[in-house]
Amino acid sequence: MAKHEYAFYPGCSSQKGASASNYLTSVESMCKTLDVKLTEIPDWNCCGASIGYAEAGELPRHVMNARNFALSEKNLPGQEIVATCAACWLGARETRERLTHSDTLMADTKEALKEAGLTINEMPEIRHMVEVLIEDIGFDEMKKHVKKPLEGVKIAGYVGCQTNRPFGVDGESFENPKYLDNMVEMVGATPIPEYDMKVTCCGGALAFSEPDKAQAQIKDIIESAYDHGAEMIVTPCPLCQANVEIYQGQINQKYGTKFNIPVMYYSQLMVVAYGGSAKEAALNGQLIRARRLEEIAAK
Amino acid sequence: MSANTAMAEKYRNNFLKEIEEQVEMGDWVKMCMQCGVCSGSCPTNFQSAWEHPPQELFMMIRAGKREEVLTTTSMWNCTSCYNCIVRCPRKLPITHIMHGIAEYAHRLGVAPKMQPTRFFSGLFWKNATKTGRVNELKLSMGLYFKNGFGAGVKEGMKMKDVALGLIKAKRLNPFEILGGHTCKDQKGIQAMLKKAYEIERSRKAAKTAG
Repeated sequence: MAKHEYAFYPGCSSQKGASASNYLTSVESMCKTLDVKLTEIPDWNCCGASIGYAEAGELPRHVMNARNFALSEKNLPGQEIVATCAACWLGARETRERLTHSDTLMADTKEALKEAGLTINEMPEIRHMVEVLIEDIGFDEMKKHVKKPLEGVKIAGYVGCQTNRPFGVDGESFENPKYLDNMVEMVGATPIPEYDMKVTCCGGALAFSEPDKAQAQIKDIIESAYDHGAEMIVTPCPLCQANVEIYQGQINQKYGTKFNIPVMYYSQLMVVAYGGSAKEAALNGQLIRARRLEEIAAK
Repeated sequence: MSANTAMAEKYRNNFLKEIEEQVEMGDWVKMCMQCGVCSGSCPTNFQSAWEHPPQELFMMIRAGKREEVLTTTSMWNCTSCYNCIVRCPRKLPITHIMHGIAEYAHRLGVAPKMQPTRFFSGLFWKNATKTGRVNELKLSMGLYFKNGFGAGVKEGMKMKDVALGLIKAKRLNPFEILGGHTCKDQKGIQAMLKKAYEIERSRKAAKTAG
């Protein structure tokens, strides 16, 4: 039996061929090393994300998340739900909070769930993967597995919004969370604690609907990373990763910049540091390749 | 009578009460003390995108500026970054109130029609709930082709390099156009959502009647 077991909520963007499929590949390798068993919640559905608000209303949105709770309880009783995506985690946690605080909302949710033949008896704990790493596994244990420290690689820890607000990771401040820098340090790389854009918004869904507004923010996030001497950026959020990575070409055209900085997931750094291959770390999933990590992985 | 006129009649001269009863988290509006931290913390307000930033909207609600509030593009600039929520000294769930006012304006059919985030928001929810999981390819195509085929091709061309990069990295699958990822129990999801909308509608209607 694995040391740690969880009900896993991968979310839409982590699926095969989707925008954060590289995240999932690296999380799977990372969990193997740390003896963490993730069992996918059967037939899980989308959390609705924050951007669905125009048509989601209140109850339909919570019912979507509650369906995942019910499926988890039915198929993986007693296990905490772990999400890797910031939006999935936030959406599920918000639903958990609202249903816990309102008997009416809970009763209405149960009535709607009945239509899908499901129910909730117990509220599950909703955890983000970084909470599992920090709280359940701990930095000491994480560090034990480092075989190839990422020596001399300077990395800007970009925490972003939704893994940080409104819930955040216990013991961290909203304005200056430190866990990501600590993770960079743990894999043997050089963190940049003074990186001042670490909790700046990447524009979220506005990167699709109003790219000019989002890209103005993304530009600041990248510029500050360069100003602080970073050679790559790391993030715990799939939308932060995509937004900060994939629009660099368009930003260069618009602003005359020469951005070309890799944007990685913490799990990719860990897999490389744990001695995993480039494939296991899904380094081939980057639009802007992280050559330094590829070299270390090939060593 | 349109839904909008009916609500305006019902809550005549008391827009604050209307927001409190009809908008998610609307009963928090009266708690605002006009400090402006929310507006100063908003990433898109820094770009002057908001005609009326949050604390201004709260005062306008109390002043009964119904039409101005419901028809503004302001709250559609919310990026859901939750900065306003964590900084508000009175603990107002501002992000949710912004989403709530936007949703209410959309429900009444008075939100600005051409506002791109309004369009994308509806598109996202329909995309996600149709099969239970988001189809990223159809979501992007739906956005680019919102103004017809010609405009769509032009928008698509602008995104060509991004799309090709994603396809090469196996993070965008062109075959999703044929189906893609779905939930198995789609029937259950549709029935569950239908019920949820029914319940929500009747709860809101009960408030209007009461």
